[in-house]
Amino acid sequence: MNVLAEYMPLLPEVILFLGTLLLLMTGVFNEQQGAKVVWGLAMPVLGAAIFFLIKDWGVNAVLFNGSFVVDDFARLLKVMVLLGGIVTLYMSVTYLSESGLFKPEYTVLLLFSLLGMMMMLSANDLIAMYLGLEVQSLALYVVASFRRDSVRSSEAGMKYFVLGALSSGMLLYGCSMVYGFTGSINFEDIAKATITEGAPSVGMVIGLVFILAGLAFKISAVPFHMWTPDVYEGAPTPVTAFFAACPKIAAMGLLIRVIHSAFPEMQPQWNQIIIFISIASMLLGAFGAIGQTNIKRLMAYSSIGHMGFALVGVAAGNREGIEGVLVYLMIYLIMTVGAFACILAMRRNEEMVENIEDLRGLSQTNLPAAFMFAMLMFSLAGIPPLAGFFAKFYVFMAAVKADMFVLAVVGVLASVVGAFYYLRIIKIMFFDEPKEGINEMPSQLKIVLGLSGMFVLLYVVYPNPIIDSAKLAAKALLPTV
Amino acid sequence: MMTDWPILSAVTFLPLIGAAFIFLIRGNDEAASQNARYVALWTTAITFLISTLIWIDFDASTADFQFVEKHSWLGGAFNYYMGVDGISMLFVILTTFLMPICILASWDSIKTRVREYMIAFLILETLVIGVFCALDLVLFYVFFEGGLIPMFLIIGVWGGKRRVYASFKFFLYTLLGSVLMLIAIMAMYWQAETTEIPKLLAFDFPPEMQTWLWIAFFASFAVKMPMWPVHTWLPDAHVEAPTAGSVILAGILLKLGGYGFLRFSIPMFPVASAEFASIVFWLSAIAIVYTSLVALAQEDIKKLIAYSSVAHMGFVTMGIFTGTEQGIEGGIFQMLSHGLVSAALFLCVGVVYDRMHTREISAYGGLVNRMPVFAVIFMVFTMANVGLPGTSGFVGEFLTLLGTFKANTWVAFVATSGVILSAAYALWLYRRVVFGELEKPNLKSILDTNRRELSYLVPLVLLTILFGVYPKPILDVMHVSVDKLISDYNQALMMVDQVKYALKP
Repeated sequence: MNVLAEYMPLLPEVILFLGTLLLLMTGVFNEQQGAKVVWGLAMPVLGAAIFFLIKDWGVNAVLFNGSFVVDDFARLLKVMVLLGGIVTLYMSVTYLSESGLFKPEYTVLLLFSLLGMMMMLSANDLIAMYLGLEVQSLALYVVASFRRDSVRSSEAGMKYFVLGALSSGMLLYGCSMVYGFTGSINFEDIAKATITEGAPSVGMVIGLVFILAGLAFKISAVPFHMWTPDVYEGAPTPVTAFFAACPKIAAMGLLIRVIHSAFPEMQPQWNQIIIFISIASMLLGAFGAIGQTNIKRLMAYSSIGHMGFALVGVAAGNREGIEGVLVYLMIYLIMTVGAFACILAMRRNEEMVENIEDLRGLSQTNLPAAFMFAMLMFSLAGIPPLAGFFAKFYVFMAAVKADMFVLAVVGVLASVVGAFYYLRIIKIMFFDEPKEGINEMPSQLKIVLGLSGMFVLLYVVYPNPIIDSAKLAAKALLPTV
Repeated sequence: MMTDWPILSAVTFLPLIGAAFIFLIRGNDEAASQNARYVALWTTAITFLISTLIWIDFDASTADFQFVEKHSWLGGAFNYYMGVDGISMLFVILTTFLMPICILASWDSIKTRVREYMIAFLILETLVIGVFCALDLVLFYVFFEGGLIPMFLIIGVWGGKRRVYASFKFFLYTLLGSVLMLIAIMAMYWQAETTEIPKLLAFDFPPEMQTWLWIAFFASFAVKMPMWPVHTWLPDAHVEAPTAGSVILAGILLKLGGYGFLRFSIPMFPVASAEFASIVFWLSAIAIVYTSLVALAQEDIKKLIAYSSVAHMGFVTMGIFTGTEQGIEGGIFQMLSHGLVSAALFLCVGVVYDRMHTREISAYGGLVNRMPVFAVIFMVFTMANVGLPGTSGFVGEFLTLLGTFKANTWVAFVATSGVILSAAYALWLYRRVVFGELEKPNLKSILDTNRRELSYLVPLVLLTILFGVYPKPILDVMHVSVDKLISDYNQALMMVDQVKYALKP
């Protein structure tokens, strides 16, 4: 009994794992209704996992000889990815059933990748980190090419796989360097080893650089972003929505944990790297999106830019910075699913349409949807009083506290450039005359779009739950600072 | 006497409630549009009536903030903190006064998407009043930037031919200026550990930091104001915006810059303000002369008035940075007066535009024959724009020039020549539009102002003349607050001087 009690903090992962296996079996043995049943049962499984995560708030535990850590930081991010998973699963159903892709594997693969993300967020040594990353990625490679008869989708999966494998290789190389120079794979032991050593050795720095490069690929930060626009465009749209939301959050959480628990003494070294990729991502995201005509590609560049903004908080390296990143990720998650709800609704007759021009005059054919989408766009651009402004506000606040004025100024200027392409979408919806309307929105998408639109509008009135939970989580990761 | 109910929040958020009501109106027919118009009119009118209570209950004998409200906001780090003093109170009244006029002015001219239009205007009103009432820097910024969203939509959806270009230019230009201010606000927070404006007013920022903060704030306010050479968004925005949009832009949004200088730049960064004053003087003087000359060459009535606005704002910045009582009070008065006069001029343009659907000066001429009442009204505002004694325009210009003469005689000399130029372009415009023979065939049947138009033009005429001959009620309200501003400013400068001399052997 005591042994079981010790492993209780693992309960959410266990529920998700066993649940997914059961769902896999259900899907295999139920050919007629399998997809629907699996899809419907996935929600309670994820809900139960979230419930047990929230129930244990404030409990800290380290399991499996220090390789698996459960704290509020991990818990908050896990809740975020699971919520993102629920919402994207919920939104996918119309698209999938209309394009004949509604199969049980889809749900099961997404659940496996969510499991990998939970593993990543709790990883406390190099092996656990790699395991989590691979469980997550392998499932995602498959769903990226889920539309098997489409060349673009297969290409997206292929590209994602090849580049993903490359980045895993780099990550492993970095891990081996770090292990070689410290003799340990545990994050705390690595941190201790770097203290005693004094100035970090070149080998350690190389290891750090390779680990960061591998992680930067997962959050699609410049210069490891090349896969993003192609994969976003090629993958089926619900999968793109999932890509934009969950894996990035998990990888960002992992990145923060690695640099703060394994390499706290090497802050001067990783700081330079983070500042560079942050500035490069913000600028590339802002300028790259200007010329896009496909809305999924545009969202890809937008997500690159947003990861750059979130990295501003990471670069600050203080507790405010981590709080800022967490607030940023929460708001980003909600804005992203809202935006994709609208993109998923872009259907004309039986065809998916993906050009920005197809939204022409939406305000005259479907004003509520156009209004909510416009609010999300203003919010993504970071205009107050919408939620997106506060997301940027906290990360820049942390950067200014750390005296990183150049980073902050470049960041806000990039956000002005970025505002241009978000405004362009609003212009097309509001200022232009309608072409042909798009189909009536399915009710799931209406609900998601409505909720996320209300969130960005009303965040300013009562943001306390988000800010408080971010504070607790940041405190769990950096208790002393 | 202080009211014990949150009057500032009521005035600020009442329009938002009106907007919610309009949002609930169903249907797309003419009746729904008409309902939206009436709801918007009643909301703005009631807001105005409530806001007059602020003026009635206002205690002009203290420089403290009044009607203060304070609640914890954003998880406790910042406050929802509202209050007004002698400088900001009048701007609140100006806003609530102009809003019903805007609604009336768009009564017939806006025919498409009336509901959305009215919602945008009411939201804009909330945000603008919030800017003037906010006593927390973050809250101020939220209101200040939030105003961009409705204004962008107003220009872009209901504007003229080049509306897309104008709305983008307006949005990006002002956003670019403001984000630098945001960084400065954050730096101030970490330095002073608070964003409450009353506490920041008493906080001494180190002089070298003041320079940077001043520049960042200046970037934002100079664009908003707008000052030469960052004024180029204004003529485009004005020309393309619908009439009521131009009224709000000229009447209220341009005042945000001047208000920002008075609320932040001068009292919080006095040393930097004194250092940069001469640059501001010359920029203002150039603005006055240059934009007046540009105005002479315009062929579009709205563009001409837009350039004249830039020139008049030059007087404001010049006056504010003199740090003298005449200069600052003149600057505030000029802003309020310009809020009435330029708004009225745009409304006059709207009157003829609604009839002829063109703003080309050459398309008009001899209107006095068919529209005698309009000719008289337009004349009053033209004269006020020129700064003729007896109109409100004179008081502001005279006081600012007086203050500037004391601070920098050469700048005052150059600026005064701008007054002559303004007479030139304004009178020439009037001659070309109103006088002369009525030759154009399509003008032969033009009708004079109707009752709806008179209902908003006549009050403006009366106020323009009233404040021209009797500016005391306005100057009295702001007097104590301006005195405190100036004494704090001079004290800060003196302290810096003492430190300088103490360091010298």
